[in-house]
Amino acid sequence: MTLAQRGRWVTLASLVLLAAVYVRALAFTPQELSQGLAQKIFYVHVPAAWSAMLAMGLVGLASILFLIMKDYRFDRFAAASAEVGTAFSLVMLTTGPIWAKPIWGTWWTWDARLTLTLFLFFLFVGYQLLRGAVTEQSLRARYSAVLGICGLVLLPFIHLSVYLFRTLHPMPIVLKPSAPSLPGVMLVTLLFSFGVFTLLYVGFVMQAYALANARDAAGGGGGSDA
Amino acid sequence: MGEVLRHAWAIARKDLLLEYRSRTAFVSAAVFTALVLTVFEFGRDPTAVPTIDLAPSILWVTFTFAAMLALNRAFQLELENQALDGLLVSPVSRTSIYWAKLCANCVFVGVVEGVGLPLFVLFFDVPVGPVLAPLVAIIALATVGFVAVGTLFSAMVIRTRFAELMLPVLLLPFMIPPLIGAVQVTARLLAGRPLSEVTGWLRLLAAFDIVFLTLATMLFPTTVNE
Repeated sequence: MTLAQRGRWVTLASLVLLAAVYVRALAFTPQELSQGLAQKIFYVHVPAAWSAMLAMGLVGLASILFLIMKDYRFDRFAAASAEVGTAFSLVMLTTGPIWAKPIWGTWWTWDARLTLTLFLFFLFVGYQLLRGAVTEQSLRARYSAVLGICGLVLLPFIHLSVYLFRTLHPMPIVLKPSAPSLPGVMLVTLLFSFGVFTLLYVGFVMQAYALANARDAAGGGGGSDA
Repeated sequence: MGEVLRHAWAIARKDLLLEYRSRTAFVSAAVFTALVLTVFEFGRDPTAVPTIDLAPSILWVTFTFAAMLALNRAFQLELENQALDGLLVSPVSRTSIYWAKLCANCVFVGVVEGVGLPLFVLFFDVPVGPVLAPLVAIIALATVGFVAVGTLFSAMVIRTRFAELMLPVLLLPFMIPPLIGAVQVTARLLAGRPLSEVTGWLRLLAAFDIVFLTLATMLFPTTVNE
């Protein structure tokens, strides 16, 4: 089985599991008291954000490895991860406002984490625009690696600066020094969804990576030749 | 180290001399700055919003655009007659080239800001007299941060298509942390508050400068090596 085919199977499996996440979240997880049904979006929004962050982290890591080892597999992986990350950050950026409107009373606010994720999205888009604007393979790989590393370093700065500015986002409820304050049933649904979104990320990246391989094997600059 | 700095100075001096002799880039950037300031004057309702509330934003948005314009031409100069290749084959380290460009860009942007600041005071009647020294220090601190990343990126984008458009798209996210800090500090200064109120922002600005100067110095060689 080729990588692309395996990627397709992984994606298919994770899509089925995603349906299970929906069913579990809607039918088998109790409603949150103060937020009601709106809170259900949390089981999609937070895992999508996680996958987007994971994608950016891996773009940065692959970029560093590329610059050290000059192995184009890392470059292709970074490209695949950025592409998938863009999709996940779009899911995060669309589900967020849908939740925010009934709960915060506004679609958008310049809170620390919102700003951070918006810039995460901008970085992904910029990364892909840069790749599309350079035709030569080695140049494209080096440039995008530089941007990937800078982007990873930038995100904490954006977070910190907006945090100093103002913040409104719900405080962390799972990853925090004390025990998670989420009731067990909800936590299980959330963790299940985290797993599914990670698997979805893996499936998408496998396919995108296989596509990048095929593109490079075909000798063309790929999408950048358009 | 002495050698690196000596070479850097020689290249920076060459760039600045070229700029000084032709003056086209400088005059266009200065006129652009003046025009952006007038756009702000007519883009607001002076009876509704007191100038002092808007002043920090006006100043910093103007400086951001002016810096962007200046950075676009940093390596453009070296494209003519393959001057960059000449520079790369000369026995000068890549670090020297980066620091030279950084230094020339800082001077260039600094001079443009030097024209912009008095015009800003004149057009908007902002009392900067008592806080001039700390204000200039903040401008310098934020400018070094912008220019450090901008110099690195401008070396990359010159060899891409749509270079003039690519630089703002890649660079603006990186300008956000210094911009937020600079606006906050400027607002406090203009309101007559002491600097001790903004130590958090000053630390953030300084950290941004140090981190990105180091990172850009490390990454610059990979953007020009063949």
